[in-house]
Amino acid sequence: MKIGLIVNPVAGMGGRVGLKGSDGEEIHKKALALGAQPVSPKRTIAALEALQEIREEIQLFTYPKEMGGEEAEAAGFKPEVLGSIISGKTRPEDTILAARDMAARGVDLILFTGGDGTARNIYDAIADKIPVLGIPGGVKIHSGVYAANPEKAARLIIEFMKNPAGISLRSAEVMDIDEDLIRQDRVSARLYGYLTVPHRKGLNQASKAGSDPSDAVHHDGIAMEVINGMEKDTLYLFAPGTTTKAVTDKLELPGTLLGIDAVKNRILVGKDLCEERILSLMAENPKEPCKIIVTIIGKQGYLFGRGNQQLSPAVIRRVGKENLLVIATQNKLLSLENEPILVDTGDPELDKSFEGYIPVIIGMGKRMVYPVSR
Amino acid sequence: MKGIKLRRYHAPKYDEPIIMEMGVKGQRGILVPPAEKKIAEAVGPAADILPKKAQRQTPPRLPEIDQYHVLMHFLRLSQMTLGMETGIDIGEGTCTMKYSPKVHEELIRLSQMVDVHPLQPESTLQGILQIAHELESFLKAISGMDAFTFQTGGGAHATYVNACVTRKYHQERGELGKRTEVITTQFTHPCNAATPATAGFKVIILPQKNGYPDLEALKSIVSERTAALHMTNPEDTGIFNPLVDEFTRVVHAAGGLCFYDQANANGLLGIARARDAGFDACHFNLHKTFSSPHGCEGPAAGAYGVTEKLLPYLPVPLITKEGDKYHLDYDRPRSIGKVRSFYGNLECIVKAYAWIRSMGPEGLRTVAETAILNNQYLDHLLLKIKGVSRPFAEGKPRFEQIRYSLQNLLDETGFGTHEIQNRMVDFGIQSYWLSHHPFVVPEPFTPEPCETYSKEDIEYWATAIEQACKEARENPDMIRNAPHSQAVHKIKDFNQAEDADRWAITWRVYQKKKNKR
Repeated sequence: MKIGLIVNPVAGMGGRVGLKGSDGEEIHKKALALGAQPVSPKRTIAALEALQEIREEIQLFTYPKEMGGEEAEAAGFKPEVLGSIISGKTRPEDTILAARDMAARGVDLILFTGGDGTARNIYDAIADKIPVLGIPGGVKIHSGVYAANPEKAARLIIEFMKNPAGISLRSAEVMDIDEDLIRQDRVSARLYGYLTVPHRKGLNQASKAGSDPSDAVHHDGIAMEVINGMEKDTLYLFAPGTTTKAVTDKLELPGTLLGIDAVKNRILVGKDLCEERILSLMAENPKEPCKIIVTIIGKQGYLFGRGNQQLSPAVIRRVGKENLLVIATQNKLLSLENEPILVDTGDPELDKSFEGYIPVIIGMGKRMVYPVSR
Repeated sequence: MKGIKLRRYHAPKYDEPIIMEMGVKGQRGILVPPAEKKIAEAVGPAADILPKKAQRQTPPRLPEIDQYHVLMHFLRLSQMTLGMETGIDIGEGTCTMKYSPKVHEELIRLSQMVDVHPLQPESTLQGILQIAHELESFLKAISGMDAFTFQTGGGAHATYVNACVTRKYHQERGELGKRTEVITTQFTHPCNAATPATAGFKVIILPQKNGYPDLEALKSIVSERTAALHMTNPEDTGIFNPLVDEFTRVVHAAGGLCFYDQANANGLLGIARARDAGFDACHFNLHKTFSSPHGCEGPAAGAYGVTEKLLPYLPVPLITKEGDKYHLDYDRPRSIGKVRSFYGNLECIVKAYAWIRSMGPEGLRTVAETAILNNQYLDHLLLKIKGVSRPFAEGKPRFEQIRYSLQNLLDETGFGTHEIQNRMVDFGIQSYWLSHHPFVVPEPFTPEPCETYSKEDIEYWATAIEQACKEARENPDMIRNAPHSQAVHKIKDFNQAEDADRWAITWRVYQKKKNKR
């Protein structure tokens, strides 16, 4: 099996010194000055060491020195080193180049160590074409592309190779928070796209009556339920995500995956809208009812405040809590592992009004009540 | 476990073709003799009995094959599978795979059973009607309900009939237009969500909170739209919900009905009754709790019972008694109608009747107590095994079954419940069952050691789990490549079950899909 290894050597350095991320050269210098230690080399070596039993069967491709070459050798691998870097001064562009070079060599999987910034770079390079698995090494871990720890990453790879029947591939969100804003104590996560990630089956298969239909089937049921309930002369705002996109797809409207779209009478009346445009669209007909169709974003389970900040407190208040249609597959709800759905609009009073329970549409004629918290 | 030796076992393996690929042109099983002259004259050509439109133009393309080779074929297939009476079947939790006495099989082969026809006048069916009527009285005593029907052919059929009864009840009260929602819980059997949906209701699922259905979530959602609550207790996890009467109170206060799925009531016999927890209706799977028995060994019966207020809606016919005569009562204008042909699967009714009679009231309670006790012993053994855990409701007791998790084993070794499941059959016992959908408990397995299993059976089963978990640490290839001693070693690609282009349930569909590729 051909595996590409990309290490972001600076990922995670900001964390211990309280910098909430390590993106950008200035921050990196600041982190070093504060005495930050690299996190990713150790974690990478731990994962590679856990891959010893299949070492002979892996053809490893990596980038020079601290971007993987050193870690691979430390763990006893003899990798084929691609590309070139300026050691000590690696940039996000190097991650992008590395992912592209590995794709060109036909790797079966890219293993990376880093955080959301690294995941984003890889997404920019290869989109969802090649399976990707992350070893969490960064400060920001909002995306759904990581194994829980280096050892589990290794186990997933061993099974991916030896027992592919037990592994499936799924789309996982690539999220990133704007680090400038978070340093000012404002969280603003964006949904960048989806990577293909190997996933051990378990949550979604082998029910008593046979196998569980895939998410696509559930998405279809959810879309039918939403569409059947759609009312005339009502403005529908579609929040980002694959679940909401399934509804616009079913309506055969060219909606966006990552932006806010507006639909009225089954016609797309706005695409990739910012807060201002949404408010002005609503102001055109102040008495017209308005509904938001929103899904849960990111593995922490945010309803508002991550990936959909265009739906600002002003927008949500205008729409009204009773006009929210929350949609998600049951598997997505289960992946929250009993933790509540979270709301963080930036308006504490509004957030408080959401506390309690909310019905979530999980299929055709099917809802699940789920707790919501701030 | 000390003193338990795992059996050496190997399944017979035949490279058996599909029967459609077998046979030789001209071979035949039976030569049907021509009808006697007088009969032939009286009846005329058999083909004339069928309407022209129903007659085939070309004969079906069936394999031409003699009896002997058909028999060999199916016996080989049967040898290649594990049966519950060749191996310990503790693993099939929620299915109540108890041993069912063989003498009951004799009863349903008596002439009084096999030589009667459901279209006979009821005056000539008094014996069988008496058995059904008396079984009804037993189930009434066990549940507290006021009447039962046996027409429902299985558990999910009974929950569907309850949804139909619910519909009719609200319709008569003029409230069906607004009462559109049926509430169920996450650990209740999924047919309780599916069947009301089929009957036209919207379904709302309550989440669990520390293993119990979330009462606050129920209160947040119950309203004048609530038609009914469908729930079970103890749930799939084996956890008994002590607030169950509060759930029925909340739903009744909102004007909804309450249905208790008692598909598996093995831990409750003689201990707790549906009516006392406030339910308006319930059902029993005669083929589980009442030993008729479960699975491919026989047909099913989902006895459905109601309290007085729902009695008018029960399917027709009801079996009634006047003096010492039994009747089939079709004159029930408010009934939801017929839900199945005739009166239900009589062989299930007879076997359940015989089982209850042989147990007696005290015996029934002993069944529940033994099933629960067996489960406590298995629990005690399993929780000692590294890698096995029992999520939710920490420290709270379980009833007759438990949903365990192998997440810890997965974290430690990379092997979870699917791999251990594959290995279990190597020890000559049934592969275990995991969980209903969805998998709330990660890496689940759900054993149910019914009252008929011995202490040694339970120890054997726990030892098999212990051995497999040990191998996951010490001999990974043994687990990864399991099963080793089965007729079918490994399913090559599990994902194909989810790809409609790659499976077929009939020969014709198989040919079609194969030719398309």
